Formats: sequence, structure tokens, C-alpha cells
Amino acid sequence: MSAATRNTSRNQTTIEADPVMPTITITREFDAPVASVFRAHAEPDLVAQWLGPRSTRMLIEHYDCQTGGSWRYRTSVEDGGVSFYGSFHEVRLNERIVQTFTFDGYPDGVSLETMTFEDLGDGRTRITAMSLVESLESRDMMLASGMEVGVVEGYEQMDELLDKLS
Amino acid sequence: MAADPLSRVFSALADPTRRDIVARLAVGDASVNELAEPYDVTVQAVSKHLKVLQDAGLVSRTRSAQRRPCHLEAGVFDLMTKWIERYRQEAEDRFQRLDAILQQMEQTDTSNDDQAGAAS
Repeated sequence: MSAATRNTSRNQTTIEADPVMPTITITREFDAPVASVFRAHAEPDLVAQWLGPRSTRMLIEHYDCQTGGSWRYRTSVEDGGVSFYGSFHEVRLNERIVQTFTFDGYPDGVSLETMTFEDLGDGRTRITAMSLVESLESRDMMLASGMEVGVVEGYEQMDELLDKLS
Repeated sequence: MAADPLSRVFSALADPTRRDIVARLAVGDASVNELAEPYDVTVQAVSKHLKVLQDAGLVSRTRSAQRRPCHLEAGVFDLMTKWIERYRQEAEDRFQRLDAILQQMEQTDTSNDDQAGAAS
């Protein structure tokens, strides 16, 4: 199929931050069979092509996507050279990946990420990714940072706003 | 600890009683006495919680009126909504790159083997 037939408009990412539990749940559908969507999450060569924020290339140090395996990747030096690591707790082909996620700069924090792959038929797939952290405060911090991008901007906006209030 | 403004906001909201107070103020302004009513605590304890919320910029109090009602500064929450939207947008950008890769994979599969991908 040509790029012109690609329909991304109906596949919008939804996000939900639970008011009681420290979780973030992201849901997204894809115009591709579940086996392909799973492979794109499991094979490092493929993962490297889409992971990370817009402007940043993630360099994968290792990525052993099987139950009991582990992973580590980092941004380039120009992009700050920050790294992330974790373990694959359970990998179930075409169904489920459960892994941990830690930012090197904050090793006390760990997120448990459960990703499920759902075959919608007609060559379509839905993934649901739930991140669970240790407190609502950590969860909100995670949301506020937008992970990497915009954190400074967020602080600046907050500073301006709080200046006005005081 | 909690020296910077953002951390103050998050620590303020980390307490369940303070989140409850915020939820009630979202409905409308209220005096300290009104806020203290449903709790099995003293007005002083509620005042303490309010002080934390005020320091974080989440709540303001009118100086003029006799009962000095507490008011929720909703602007702070608008910012949080913006952060969530940015977080979502980051994920969406990632997934659009994944869309492109899945399309490439499909093309490769089709040219290699029409039966590719058939599960057991």
C-alpha cells in the first residue's frame, strides 16, 4: 500500500491518569496485524526506529525481549546522554509484555509497565499500556515532565503562574 | 525539601485530605469552618492543610470578607491538563513512527511470502 492510503487519523492515542491509583494508561490502535505490532515491540532493530521522543534518537545498548531478559537504552550525548533500563518480567508472544522501567537519573523510581496486544480482526490491533508507579506524586511528576521534552517549559509556565498568584 | 514551586504543588496534592479539600473547593468557595465540618478533625488541623495548599498556590483566601472564603486557583489544574495532553502527544508521535514501520513490514512480508504471518 502506498503512503497515501495510510489512515492515522482514526487511530488516536488516548491517555488516562487514574484519580486513585498511581497509573497512566495509554491505548492506541494500529492498521497492522498483531504479530507485526508485537514484533515492532520485541525486536531491537525495529524498536530503535520508533522509540523515544520526536527529536531524539535512542541508542539501544541491549534489548533481550524474553521472560527474564533485560534492556537498556540511552540518548546520544548531544541529547543529554541520559539512559533508561529495566527487566522483562514476562513476554508472551503476540499477547503481553510486562517490564520494569527506570530512569538512570532517578534510580529509586521504578515503573511497572504492562502492555497487552489485542487482535481486533481485519488486520487491526489494539495495544494498552499501563504504567504503575509508587505514588500519585511520582505519577503526576511523570506526567508533568512529559518524560523528556517540555519539562523546562512546564517549570517556567508553573513559575510564571505561581508568581502571578503570590 | 519541596523548595521549587512545582514540587510544592505535588507535595500539597500528595495528601488525601488536601485532595479532598481541593475537590470540595472545585464545586465552590467555602470557609474554613465549612471545610472542617465533614472531618473528624479540628478547624486548626484543616487550617494547616489549607496553609500548605495556599503556599503551593492552589488555594487563595479573600482578605476583605469577614468569613475569608477559600478559593481554588483552577489555573494550576489547567496546566496539569496541558501536561497530560503533551504526554499524550509524545506517545502519539511515537506511535505514528510505529505506523510507518508497520507499513514497511507489511510491504516486506507481502513481497517475501503471501502466507507470512499465519499463526499455527
